[in-house]
Amino acid sequence: MLNIKGLKVKLEEEDKTILKGVDLEVPAGMVHAIMGPNGSGKSTLSYVLSGRSGYEVTGGTATLDGVDLLDMAPEERAAAGLFLAFQYPVEIPGVGNMTFLRTAVNAQRKMRGEDDLSATDFLKTIRAKAKALKIDAEMLKRPVNVGFSGGEKKRNEILQMAMLEPKMCILDETDSGLDVDAMKLVSEGVNALRDEGRSFLVITHYQRLLDHIKPDVVHILARGRIVKSGGPELALEVENNGYSDILAEVA
Amino acid sequence: MAVSALKPNPAMDALSARLSGQVMPKSGAWAKSARADALARLSATGLPARRDEYWLFTRPDTLNQPIPKPAAPFDHSDEDPIFSKVDRVRLIFTDGVFDQAASDDPALAGVEISRLADGGQVDVHWAADLYGVLETRGQKPVARPLATLNTTFASDGVLIRVTGKAAKPVCITYRHADPNSDVLLHHVIRLEPGADLTLVENGAAAARLNTVMEVEVADGAAFHHVRAQGRNHERRAATHIFARLGRESIFKSFTLTVNGALTRNECVIEVNGDDAVAHIAGAALGDGAAGEFHHDDTVFITHDALNCESRQVFKKVLRNGATGVFQGKILVRPGAQKTDGYQKSQALLLDGDSQFLAKPELEIYADDVACSHGSTSGAIDETALFYLRSRGVPEEQAQDLMVIAFLAEALDEIEDEAIGADIHSRLESWLQRRRD
Repeated sequence: MLNIKGLKVKLEEEDKTILKGVDLEVPAGMVHAIMGPNGSGKSTLSYVLSGRSGYEVTGGTATLDGVDLLDMAPEERAAAGLFLAFQYPVEIPGVGNMTFLRTAVNAQRKMRGEDDLSATDFLKTIRAKAKALKIDAEMLKRPVNVGFSGGEKKRNEILQMAMLEPKMCILDETDSGLDVDAMKLVSEGVNALRDEGRSFLVITHYQRLLDHIKPDVVHILARGRIVKSGGPELALEVENNGYSDILAEVA
Repeated sequence: MAVSALKPNPAMDALSARLSGQVMPKSGAWAKSARADALARLSATGLPARRDEYWLFTRPDTLNQPIPKPAAPFDHSDEDPIFSKVDRVRLIFTDGVFDQAASDDPALAGVEISRLADGGQVDVHWAADLYGVLETRGQKPVARPLATLNTTFASDGVLIRVTGKAAKPVCITYRHADPNSDVLLHHVIRLEPGADLTLVENGAAAARLNTVMEVEVADGAAFHHVRAQGRNHERRAATHIFARLGRESIFKSFTLTVNGALTRNECVIEVNGDDAVAHIAGAALGDGAAGEFHHDDTVFITHDALNCESRQVFKKVLRNGATGVFQGKILVRPGAQKTDGYQKSQALLLDGDSQFLAKPELEIYADDVACSHGSTSGAIDETALFYLRSRGVPEEQAQDLMVIAFLAEALDEIEDEAIGADIHSRLESWLQRRRD
C-alpha cells in the first residue's frame, strides 16, 4: 500500500534537514504506528506525504499502490486514496461543514471519473456516520471546525475520513487534546473503518491510543530516521522506559 | 445659460466642457427651480478633482470628461436575468430610456410609482419636497459634485411613494445596448410612516451611468435595497444614495459588484430619528485580467438621534491588478447618545498585483456611544487552503469556497431569502464558470 524509500526532506525556508532517509512499508489492511520524541520528524512525514507546501524532498520516493505520491497535488493524493487526520484541524469561517464535506466527496468522485453523490444519498450517509461519532446536526451545519472543542474537531476529522473512505489513513497525533472518553469514541470510529483494503499510519506520543487502535507494527522515528521497528510490545517499552534506552541502543 | 458667464480657469473650463453636452430636461415649476438651484451649486463647487480629499484614491477624469469612454454591451445570455425567479414589479430602462412595453404595469397596493419625466411636469408633487433636497443636505461637509450634476440634468428616474407594506419588490432593471450611452437617472422614494418596500436594481445601464437615489424613510418605515451592478467589464458608474431616517425606521442596502472599469458607490445617510437602524453592505469581485477594475465605496453616516444603530460591512475580492477603495465615515453629533456604530471593510487580495485603499473615519461628539471600525487586507489563508485540498478539493475550487466564505458576512446583510439565494448562487456559478 504505502511504500517509502530513503525519504529525505528539508525545510524550504531554512537549510534544515528533517527527514534523513526514512524507509517504511505499510501493507494493505495493516495498522502501523510511528512513535518518537519531539522534533523527530513525525508531523513532517505526515505533511510531506499529504503535500503541504514548505517542504523540499531532496531524496527518496513515496508511493501509494505503486503511484508516485510526491509528484501529485494535495487534492490528487486525496483522490488517490490518501487521508491525513490533522493534529490541529483547521478552522474555516464561512464554509459550512456539510458544504465542505459534500464538495470534497464529489470533487474526489469527479477526479476518479465517478458521478456526483446525490444530495439524498449524501445526507443519508453523513447522518448515519455522524451519529456513530456523536456529531449532531448542529455541528454539521456550523462552519468547519469553528467553535468546536478539541474533541469535536478530532471527531470531525474521523467523520471526514469515514465519508471519504480513503485507502491510506494517516492519523497525526489524533489523541492530542482528547480526554479518555473522547479518545475511546475516536478510536471506535477508526476501528470501524479497519478493513482488508485499508491501511493506517498512526502517529502518536503515547501508548494509550494504541490500547484502543491496536497496531500490527510499531516504528520508532528518531533524528529523521526509523531507528527501530517491532510489535506492539515496542510501544509498551517506550511507555515504561522512554526513548533513551532505544536511542542508546541504536546510536 | 449661466455656463458662459463662468470665470475662465481650468477647473471651470472642464466644467463648462462637461456641461456643454448636457441638456436641461423640460420641467414643471418645482423641478425647474430644483435644477436651476443645482446648476448654481455645481458652478460654485466645480467637478471633482484629484486634489479633493475624497477623490485621492479614485481618478474622476473619466467621470468628468464630456464624452464617456465607449463600453461594449455585455452578453448575459449564459444565464437567466438576475432576480428573474423573484416575483417583482419590473421597471425597465434601456440606456436610460424608460421602456414601457417591457415594463410591468406599476400597479402595486400601497405603492405609487411614477416617472420623473412625468412628475417633473406636474406643478405640485410630493417629490418636490425631496428632489435635490436630500442631495443638497448630503453636500456638507463633503461636496459630491457628480450628484449635483445629476440633480441638474437627470433625464428621468422613478418616483415611488409607499404608504403601506408592498406585497412584492419593485425592480429597476438597467439594460445597456448603446456602447456610447451616457445616462443620468434620479430616483426619489418616500416611505410614509410604517410603510415597507424592497427595491432591487440590476444591470449595467450605460457606458457611463450616474444615478442619484433620494430616500426618505419616515417613522417606523422600512426600506430594503439590493443592487447588482452588472457584469459588463467596460462600464463606468457613479452612484449616490442619500437617505434620511425617521424614528424607529430601518434602512438596509446591499450592493453586489462584479466587473466594471470604474464604480464609485456613494452612500450618505442621516440617522435623524431615535431608535433607527441603518445597514449598508457591499460585496465586490474584481479581476483585472478580464479588464480594468476599480471599485470605490464611499460612505458617510451621520448620527443625530438617540439609540440608533448603523452597520457597514464591505468586502472586496481582488486579483490581477484590481483596485478596491473604501472611504467610510461615522459622524456622531453631540447628543446622539447610545449610538451603536459598526464599520468593517476587508479585502482579500488573491495576488500581489491588486490593491486595497481604505480610509475608515470616526468623528464622535457624544460620550455614551459604542463605535468600532476595522479594516483589513490580506491574502488567502494558506493553511485553510491546504486543509481543503487535502480533502480532495482542487485548488481553484478551494479558493472559490474561501472567496464565498469571505464575502458571506456582507451577503448575510440581505434580508430577503429569495434575493439572497439568487445573489449567492450567481456568485457560485460565476466563479465556477471562471474555472471551467
